[in-house]
Amino acid sequence: MPSATSLVPTPSRSFSAEVLPIAIFLVFVAIPIVAPFAGGGYLLSFSARVMIFAVAAVALDLLVGYCGLISFGHAAFIGLGAYAVGILSAHGLSDAVISLPTAVAVAALYALLTGLVCMRTNGVYFIMITLAFGQMAFFTASSLALYGGDDGLTIAARNTVAGFALLKNEWTFYYVVLGCLLSCYLFCRALVASRFGRVVRGAKENPVRIAAMGFDVYRFQLAIYVIAGALAGVSGFLLANATEFVSPAYMSWQRSGELIVMVLLGGLGSLNGAIVGTAVYLLAEEWLSGFTEHWKVIFGPALVLVVLFARGGLIGLSTELMHGRRHG
Amino acid sequence: MSTGLVIVQVLNGLQLGVLLFLIAAGLTLVFGVMDFINLAHGAQYMLGAYLAVAFFALTGSFLATLALALAAALAFGLALEFLVFRHLYGRDHLDHVIATFGILLFINHGVKLIWGAAPLSLPIPELLSGSVRLMDGLLYPVWRLVVIGSGLGIATLLYVVVVHTRTGMLVRAGASNARMVSALGVDIRRLFMIVFGFGAMLAGFAGIMVAPILSVDPGMGDTVLILAFVVIVIGGIGSIRGAFIAALLIGLVDTLGRSFSVDILRLVMGPAPARTVGPALASMSIYLLMAIVLYVRPTGLFPAKAR
Repeated sequence: MPSATSLVPTPSRSFSAEVLPIAIFLVFVAIPIVAPFAGGGYLLSFSARVMIFAVAAVALDLLVGYCGLISFGHAAFIGLGAYAVGILSAHGLSDAVISLPTAVAVAALYALLTGLVCMRTNGVYFIMITLAFGQMAFFTASSLALYGGDDGLTIAARNTVAGFALLKNEWTFYYVVLGCLLSCYLFCRALVASRFGRVVRGAKENPVRIAAMGFDVYRFQLAIYVIAGALAGVSGFLLANATEFVSPAYMSWQRSGELIVMVLLGGLGSLNGAIVGTAVYLLAEEWLSGFTEHWKVIFGPALVLVVLFARGGLIGLSTELMHGRRHG
Repeated sequence: MSTGLVIVQVLNGLQLGVLLFLIAAGLTLVFGVMDFINLAHGAQYMLGAYLAVAFFALTGSFLATLALALAAALAFGLALEFLVFRHLYGRDHLDHVIATFGILLFINHGVKLIWGAAPLSLPIPELLSGSVRLMDGLLYPVWRLVVIGSGLGIATLLYVVVVHTRTGMLVRAGASNARMVSALGVDIRRLFMIVFGFGAMLAGFAGIMVAPILSVDPGMGDTVLILAFVVIVIGGIGSIRGAFIAALLIGLVDTLGRSFSVDILRLVMGPAPARTVGPALASMSIYLLMAIVLYVRPTGLFPAKAR
């Protein structure tokens, strides 16, 4: 298989790469059916939360996994999407027909404006600048005294969809979230397999060569940064509707760090790995926080140990996972 | 907007500036020399403040507290370097980010576990607890002047060390081309360790100095870390001079922006919208400054790396 020798992750056509995503989505489809027998509403809302963050994680995998752009401000786009819903509904506009496109547009616009600057840099600079722009969104949201400031903003009710209170029911909301995750996943899959996707993947490997072939790497990377931001905006729209509350904490830089960890846990550059990683991270959070409120005291050193002792660090572990999957 | 208020806010801005410089100095050298991104640097600053509170409770003397807390901050920094960081040099930035993020989570939550989430405070040393009269009806706390003075003192000391000593020369050489320095027979690992330990101690020192004027809480490191990143990015990675100028610039812009944005905006709009837009604009100002600088000069004002 030629793709196994290449360092650029390619959406593999092998059995497991096709079966794994189908299995993942079948599990999500089945959860509401088994929920009445195990966990009930809690299981349903927890799984919805996993899928909401998975939308953002899949988008982040586009950047980190396929472009090698370590964006440390991804949570800001989730927060912007969520705030779009919150602020619109504070002004009485609470229909998804308006709020979803607004959430996506706001997140995409912020990605475009900050991307114009971020994409001119690389390496450590890129990490720090995305982090700084993420914090800019965080502090701006905290200073919005009209919309709750630090305390956040409670949303009166979930968005209606073209006038129908479709999202009010937990079951329908769950399947709407699932639909969003599925479309986002399929879209990203198609994107990385397209000519556009091949260019950005090539630019990760050797930007000079791609530029020599006549592609403007800057514009391609900016485009994918905007796409990833817009998808995170969708995640923010769903999150605001799930919790009926928005707060600056959605944009905190620790949240951005957690998103990177989620993507890495499932394996970089496979898209479905980002979904698995999100589930693993949130399950670990549920499980460890059952022992102690300070579960990150355990989780932090665990991360360090994985980086130090897993061969080639987390990235090595990721590629190994990918490799293992490819060969069944 | 009286003259007195402007003077006070300029001094406060200077104080934030030297504080940021103390944190950014270590960080920029670690970036510059080792190409290593350390997200836990802010946590080392926070730890300095907590250590100061703990040692003060033990000894009751500020000088003893300063000495003990500095030694502890240095020891902690060296321990981190020995246990974790030295195994990560040369690895992918993603590994740096994840490992130091793990350390940050550990320190932040470990501090909460030991000292609780409630803010603590440290009394100002009695000898320096008064105020000085700057002009009629305008008093300024002595301790804040001490913070500014000690920060400027450290900056001068750093300048002398970096520009006029052999170690400093190696550090500068390392920042512009670490591989070449190593090829010329310098033990670069030892140099890394010195730079790292020194940077951790500077961050700890900043934490100790501000502990009496700020509330000591588990989130204090994160805010400062991001500001220090902005400073480094504007100043240019690896440049002490750039860090100093950018730190003062950011300190002043942030402080003056927060104090006067509403007043300035009132000149162009009504008081009600000014009160809404002002704080939001003030909190964005330094990031906008960073964006402009980077748009014009993507490697900062004083880049140290050779091409």
